[in-house]
Amino acid sequence: MLRLEPRFAARARSGLFWFTVVLILLFMTIPAVVVIATSFSPSELVTFPPAGLSLKWYVRAVTYPDFQNAFINGLIVTSFASTLALITGSAVAYLIDRYAFPGRAALEAVLSSPLIVPHFTTGLGFLMLGVALGINQGYAIVIVTHVLLVLPFVTRSVYVSLRNIDPHLERAAANLGASPGRVLTRITVPLLLPGMAGGWLVAAVLSLTEFTASLYVTDAGTQTLPVAMYTYIREYSDPTIAAISAILILATTLVMFIADQIFGLGRILSIDAH
Amino acid sequence: MRTDNEAAPPPPPAADPAANAVELVGVSKNFGAVAAVHTVTLAIRQGEVLTLLGPSGCGKTTLLNIIAGFEEPTRGRIQIDGRDVTLTPPHLRDTGMVFQNYALFPHMNVFENVAFGLSMRRMPKARIAIEVSRALEMVKLEGLGGRRVRQLSGGQQQRVALARAIVIQPKVLLLDEPLSALDKNLRGQMQIELKELHDRTGLTTVFVTHDQGEALSLSDRIVVLNRGEIQQIAAPLELYRRPANGFVASFIGDINHLPPAECHRYGSDILFRLTPAIELAMPARADLALRDDQKAHIFVRPEHLRIADETGEGRNRVLCQVVTHVYQGTHTLTRVEAVGLGLLQLRIPGGEIIERTPPGSRIVVTINLDEATVLAEA
Ligand SMILES: Nc1ncnc2c1ncn2[C@@H]1O[C@H](COP(=O)(O)OP(=O)(O)OP(=O)(O)O)[C@@H](O)[C@H]1O
Ligand SMILES: [Mg+2]
Repeated sequence: MLRLEPRFAARARSGLFWFTVVLILLFMTIPAVVVIATSFSPSELVTFPPAGLSLKWYVRAVTYPDFQNAFINGLIVTSFASTLALITGSAVAYLIDRYAFPGRAALEAVLSSPLIVPHFTTGLGFLMLGVALGINQGYAIVIVTHVLLVLPFVTRSVYVSLRNIDPHLERAAANLGASPGRVLTRITVPLLLPGMAGGWLVAAVLSLTEFTASLYVTDAGTQTLPVAMYTYIREYSDPTIAAISAILILATTLVMFIADQIFGLGRILSIDAH
Repeated sequence: MRTDNEAAPPPPPAADPAANAVELVGVSKNFGAVAAVHTVTLAIRQGEVLTLLGPSGCGKTTLLNIIAGFEEPTRGRIQIDGRDVTLTPPHLRDTGMVFQNYALFPHMNVFENVAFGLSMRRMPKARIAIEVSRALEMVKLEGLGGRRVRQLSGGQQQRVALARAIVIQPKVLLLDEPLSALDKNLRGQMQIELKELHDRTGLTTVFVTHDQGEALSLSDRIVVLNRGEIQQIAAPLELYRRPANGFVASFIGDINHLPPAECHRYGSDILFRLTPAIELAMPARADLALRDDQKAHIFVRPEHLRIADETGEGRNRVLCQVVTHVYQGTHTLTRVEAVGLGLLQLRIPGGEIIERTPPGSRIVVTINLDEATVLAEA
């Protein structure tokens, strides 16, 4: 049997550890790396590795009218959807956290369901419903679909923040003479704000990049960026698509980074032990 | 000595209920099958410091929460300042609570924390500023109003919590183990400061602790609780000298619980036969109605056990073997073993006993029962 000197064995183990970490990181980022590298390619075809360096596809991406419209559509849908989801999600989270009511467990389960119901099911369902109700055109159906898709994330984010509020704080406020309404506005909501803002941002990113369900419920006038990108690659095969993807990757990474810096995503995605 | 042991006359029933700051009448609280508080009847007098003392889980916090209005009692009534508040929500009760973890508002600075209760009472801003700085001065935090609460040490947070509670001049100040999160030195200092603060404010105070030393040094009266029931309500000295039952006797201070004894009257004495070989005598007392042959439990403090002098005289002599000495600075706690009595603890001033009687040596101990607690077996 091979026996290593302990110090060497420890070093080998830590070397192996870091090798594995780097490998995993590489694996996870490789699609993004390929896309970003391709976006700078001067060639007309999507090739990897690129044969030079050029920004012309970026120029085309940001000046292409369909992308411009889709981006604005996306902003409209996202701001309405995230905000509506935030309002509904906060109310639901508060109800679940504070009140025992029949069906509370069921509500909790339903809320986590869009995480497992495939997006195409949601999209198809809303499309059929929209057709039946005659509202399958316009922003409303897109917004409603997105609200449903991001609601669980927002709700969870607010719920976790609620759970992290020390219940003694609200008691202390009541003890000092604050009525339930003033406890809510002076203590609970201010303490929830980071969770609400973080939840809103996560929802915005999810909504802005959502493709599958959006494909069903958008039309030429309301299509969002991912749908416009899909339409684009069915017609063209130049690296514009890589450039717009790179922009999207950069933008979402930036937003998530800021969200993490300001609100702490760890807090949004898990329950602290206190 | 005897007169000390006369039963104290029961306090006259208060004719005017408003003379009591808080009254609990037959209060019970069940959590499912757990009876956290069981038919507690208690009158808290205006301006006194009343301590709720008992082991963990005995219902101290629950009782405090019932007074503050955070828990609704399953049965019973609560009055604050002569007004029935059983169904009054917490924000209309005018109590000031200091929580065990202080519960300072993390999104407000020190000033805003202390000002919170006053602004809820819609006091004008200028007066709030005056009151807050007065309160901060009382807890020795003047000038720290602008600090964020996260930048404060544990002791400072505790003072902010105190200032926040006293600034509203509550009808009763409720302190839930306010010192338990502090280190030992700081705790001693805060005990003294709490006492001074009470002298200055005169606020009726309910103090919760499971530390009997804290209770004995801070309270006008102590309520000993066990499993949600009141065991005894008494002033510290009386509690120490005349515990009402075995639980209180063992919970308050160190005490030796002797094996059950059979008692006989003998002239003006009562004799307790602990073992066939050991009989202890105690002067008969008016408050002790013991029948001959009745079983009794004897509790005696370590300071009432002495090492017998050389003359070989004196009563209640028991031959013992030294087991250990624990030196405690001003005194030594010595454990000895006596055949048939088990381990006994002595409190002996100074430390020279350690060298004089090393573990294993045989000594004669006298047990003075003059101030012992004797509880007859039913
Ligand atoms: N909300 C609750 N739900 C269920 N049981 C509870 C609740 N609050 C308290 N209890 C139970 O009631 C009993 C008394 O609890 P309480 O917190 O009043 O004890 P305590 O004397 O304050 O103890 P400690 O010294 O540990 O703080 C305990 O058995 C506890 O488990
Ligand atoms: Mg407690």
